Amino acid sequence: MSGAAGGPAGAAAERPLPAAGRKEDARFIRGRGRFLDDITLPGMLHGAILRSPLAHARIASVDTAAARAHPMVEAVITGDMLAERGLAWMPTLSADTQAVLATDKVRFQGQEVAFVVARDRYAARDALELISVEYEPLPPVTDARRALDPDAPVIRDDQPGRADNRVFDWSAGDLAATEAAFAAADVVVTQEMHYPRSHPAPLETCGAIADADPVTGRLTLWSTTQAPHAHRTLYAMITGLPEHKIRVISPDIGGGFGNKVPVYPGYLCAIAGSMLTRRPVKWTEDRSENLMSTTFARDYHMRGQIAADADGTILAVRASVLADHGAFNGAAQPSKYPAGFFHVLTGSYDLRAAYCQVTGVYTNKAPGGVAYSCSFRVTEAVYLIERLVDLLARELGADPAELRMRNLLRPEQFPYRSATGLRYDSGDYPRALRKAMQIAGYAELRAEQARRRERGELMGIGVSCFTEAVGAGPRKHMDILGLGIADGADLRVHPTGTATLSVSCQTQGQGHETTFAQIVAAELGLSPDDVDVVHGDTDRTPFGLGTYGSRSTAVSGAAAAVAARRVRERARLVAAAMLEVDPEDLEWADGAWRVRGDPEQARRIAEIAMAAHSGLELPDGVEGHLDASAVYDPPDLTFPFGAYICVTDVDPGTGEVRVRRFVAVDDCGVRINPAIVEGQIHRGLADGIGIALMQAIAFDADGNCLSGSFMDYLLPTSVECPSPELGMTVTPSPHHPLGAKGIGESATVGAPAAVVNSVMDALAPLGVRHADMPLTPAAVWRAIKGCPIRPGPIGG
Amino acid sequence: MQVPAYVDYERATSVEHALALLARYGPGARVLAGGHSLIPMMKLRLAQPETLIDINPLTELDYVRLDGGELRIGALTRHAGLLGSPLAGAAAPILHDAERVIADPVVRLWGTVGGSLCQADPSEDLSAAFAALKATMVIAGPGGERTVPARMFHTGPYETVVAPGELLTEIRVPVAPGGGSAYVKVGRRAGDWPVGAAGAAVRLDGNVITSAGIGLTAVGAEHFCAAEAEEALRGAPATEESFARAGRLAAEHCRPVTDQRGPADYKRHLAAELTVRALRRAADRARGPGRGA
Amino acid sequence: MNGAERTAEVEPRLLLIHLLRDHLGLTGSHWGCDTSNCGACVVLLDGKPVKSCTVLAAMADGHRVRTVEDLERDGRLDPVQEGFARCHGLQCGFCTPGMMLTASWLLDHDPDPSPAAIREALSGQVCRCTGYENIVRAVRWAAARRGAGPR
Repeated sequence: MSGAAGGPAGAAAERPLPAAGRKEDARFIRGRGRFLDDITLPGMLHGAILRSPLAHARIASVDTAAARAHPMVEAVITGDMLAERGLAWMPTLSADTQAVLATDKVRFQGQEVAFVVARDRYAARDALELISVEYEPLPPVTDARRALDPDAPVIRDDQPGRADNRVFDWSAGDLAATEAAFAAADVVVTQEMHYPRSHPAPLETCGAIADADPVTGRLTLWSTTQAPHAHRTLYAMITGLPEHKIRVISPDIGGGFGNKVPVYPGYLCAIAGSMLTRRPVKWTEDRSENLMSTTFARDYHMRGQIAADADGTILAVRASVLADHGAFNGAAQPSKYPAGFFHVLTGSYDLRAAYCQVTGVYTNKAPGGVAYSCSFRVTEAVYLIERLVDLLARELGADPAELRMRNLLRPEQFPYRSATGLRYDSGDYPRALRKAMQIAGYAELRAEQARRRERGELMGIGVSCFTEAVGAGPRKHMDILGLGIADGADLRVHPTGTATLSVSCQTQGQGHETTFAQIVAAELGLSPDDVDVVHGDTDRTPFGLGTYGSRSTAVSGAAAAVAARRVRERARLVAAAMLEVDPEDLEWADGAWRVRGDPEQARRIAEIAMAAHSGLELPDGVEGHLDASAVYDPPDLTFPFGAYICVTDVDPGTGEVRVRRFVAVDDCGVRINPAIVEGQIHRGLADGIGIALMQAIAFDADGNCLSGSFMDYLLPTSVECPSPELGMTVTPSPHHPLGAKGIGESATVGAPAAVVNSVMDALAPLGVRHADMPLTPAAVWRAIKGCPIRPGPIGG
Repeated sequence: MQVPAYVDYERATSVEHALALLARYGPGARVLAGGHSLIPMMKLRLAQPETLIDINPLTELDYVRLDGGELRIGALTRHAGLLGSPLAGAAAPILHDAERVIADPVVRLWGTVGGSLCQADPSEDLSAAFAALKATMVIAGPGGERTVPARMFHTGPYETVVAPGELLTEIRVPVAPGGGSAYVKVGRRAGDWPVGAAGAAVRLDGNVITSAGIGLTAVGAEHFCAAEAEEALRGAPATEESFARAGRLAAEHCRPVTDQRGPADYKRHLAAELTVRALRRAADRARGPGRGA
Repeated sequence: MNGAERTAEVEPRLLLIHLLRDHLGLTGSHWGCDTSNCGACVVLLDGKPVKSCTVLAAMADGHRVRTVEDLERDGRLDPVQEGFARCHGLQCGFCTPGMMLTASWLLDHDPDPSPAAIREALSGQVCRCTGYENIVRAVRWAAARRGAGPR
């Protein structure tokens, strides 16, 4: 896997930055980004989706005559029309099926029922009003805890033989060993907690433009996808079109955060609309559609238990979980892991035993199951263990930071095999926590807290130590719909010494065009300005599973590095021919192949590239030109980690929470572009604060979504987000070519627990143990009053 | 993206012209001011007027001035204009308190005072603020002007006494020495609608409350006010005990509903807690030098 | 429109953002929420930031509209644009045009805003990528650059 100068290497400073900063910025600051809705094709039509107002109902009839008669309408598509072509249902990324347009029943409020294609977007919207659908309402399942009741209505009666709403049962760890550890423990703490349903809500909603060319048989689909290649394969499977005739283009993406991983019915509606009208069809969802119908995250009802000795040695953890997957299981995660990597629930601690059991259920809510900066359920697991450790500290009368320090894995234990079978690659956890405590001034904070408590003020200090699990590999254990989770990179060095790298992952703001150029540039001794990165076009990039789960640098970054090292090795042969020396007499140093002992005798990549394309006679077996490709199959997951400390102040009269400070020490291994890494952390902290304090998708008892706009699905603003205080440690991953681990979701994983622990710490003098997120003023006040808000439908 | 249904559009050039247009287009017409409440409602198709009468050119309705012992606020005054008016801040600091927490700075540049009041959202901040101030609304119509007490202005959620063909033109706030006012709101986030909010306007003679106005919003208070609490405060000393009693009365007489912003019991609690806080601050201001209502 | 007069025959219901994007080809301004909560659509109307998804195109008739496309003049970036690039004040770039326009308006009125003043001014605009910290730094950077006088 490693080249001549391979292996984990290189502090960030060794990788030069592009001269003008992030490569992407030049277009974005000028308003010259090209997002999906910015694209207009000649003759393009506009689509709009009619959605179900009810959470659960049988469809008696759909009458589209009036809509079809609208002078601006070109086509109206119903589920029955799609069914005639075998397109009414599509596979989800979890190998479930999902209705493209409903035929038999609607199963959540906002489900797709009909698709109008009109000459402009206003007319398409108008025509929706002209469609009349007759529904026969059915009782909805809106509370996951009722989904397995014997009398619960069966939501997925489309599946032959199905008699209940169970999606899966899954477990990990050693039950017997865990029970034994609990039996031997001095202290056991138990807590029910709900990680509420939230939504990634990228600022750009989802959309697509389909252009089916009836002459060539080619389908071009511009769409907001984080995984263009995986989508293309799915479209081939669904539509029966040959895969080589399908081109998926992902233009600039206005944020993804997991929301743009799944294939959505709207994309297929656009395709069907284009095939029917023989013209390009654009579909973009509005914000309500985005919040009410596209993939959500979390919604885990968890019962956690932690066992410890009286001296504070943590022995074991166990959890039983009810996972609300909505009406269709659209979770995007490795097939063998229906609850993702929830088994990372042992967290950052050296535990003897652990066991978790997860049951997934269908409910009459929007489909999905996992997305949103969660690295496959690591977020839920970290929240569980970090809350439990805090509750244990409370039980033992111990300081939560000290209790953690006592139980953290020690550096010499790595690589570490966790009680649930994960193999942590590397880490120095105590160092990260010490650093966070030092930045925060932990002892002084505790002293200040004591003074404030005497005055009746509620100040909280919350600690969270998290371990992330990133990369989704190796391929033999990780696939989505049978597609191994690996990524490709193609690198071409042009005759004049500039280079083009094509990658299968897709940037949504992470700055791949910059970071990946830096990776290649550093490997080849080029300026990052001389390396362009191509992504987001299946015709121009190698196959790969795309960007999610923080895997871009962890997988595609590795592929880019491996490809660059292959190029470098080829360059060595060419350089040897140029210098008329044996390749073994060359060493790579200071950006050039140099003759050992005579470093002035050297050839840089630009010189080598011209020679490789020239008439220079090359040794036998050495092809001309200077290019290489790589497919990176990660040997294992990487495990970024960190220690966070959050300081909050709570108004005892109103329950309002203010996040005063947020200290975050992250270790994501080697940082390729430190500014981008820090930006990712900033983002994740804001996310964590939002999830902990305000973001939640709520429903009423009828299954109506109460969070269908940004008026009620609240995202944190510049006022709620503190100025973060960051620190870092660097523990390279031993098995990643660059020593990098990935950073995209660390802060979202680690932050919510820190915020909740902080608020619960603030409320400790009032005897409050736990309250579920989101910790809105009402939720905090209710916790103070001893009657916390319970998860479940709102209102009566 | 959501888009409004078809609508006709007329641009008014004067109050008279606006009234003439309203008369011509009848009950299907809606007045369009800042549009920051109406246009989202139209996009959701919860409002489908036939004709919009755009009154933005009516700059004669954009003013804040003192006149005859009253603070007079033109209905087309932008939220930012009211917030930026030192006159309003001195005469009725409650208005600055409220404006600081209404929507966000960009929306406040365009949204209008009159528009917010006429939208009549049951969680409208200004409805409570003007109820506390016992303001008077001036409504122009085909037959001339009429005035309505702020507390009689709203007839229900999203409904006011402004009839088709009429136009809210001005809000008048009584100003007298010895007064102080304040507004306190709990939202879930900056720019959020209130989970609950309370405004108070008091006049003190020494430490005796000679008059009190309490406005409440988002908690199901009838006419956005707390009449029983006000009654109990009149003649009482401006003490924590009096404020606490007023808070209890305010909470007792409101009828909040549970929704995603919070459960009813919490909103009821806020009615009490925020009434106390608003009274405390209003009384402090009344005691302070050179303060108006 | 960005200094030039533009004429278009439109339906009364057409939103300003759609006039800009669909009729005038100015796609630098985006839309994100429909309810005037996110600010991705902010443009300057008569010099003041406005959420153009909540304004009818007809209401802008006869008024001055300025969009992100007009920030760079004569090949010279506005200090706010430079600040966003230098301070990594953007990631996906979707909220950036609206953020920059409100920031430039803020600096017109408050040439040396505190971080708290910047946060307040931008509080009606959502960024999902930066956690706002680098946006604040970007605006501070622009303020310093502007304060240094014309280049």
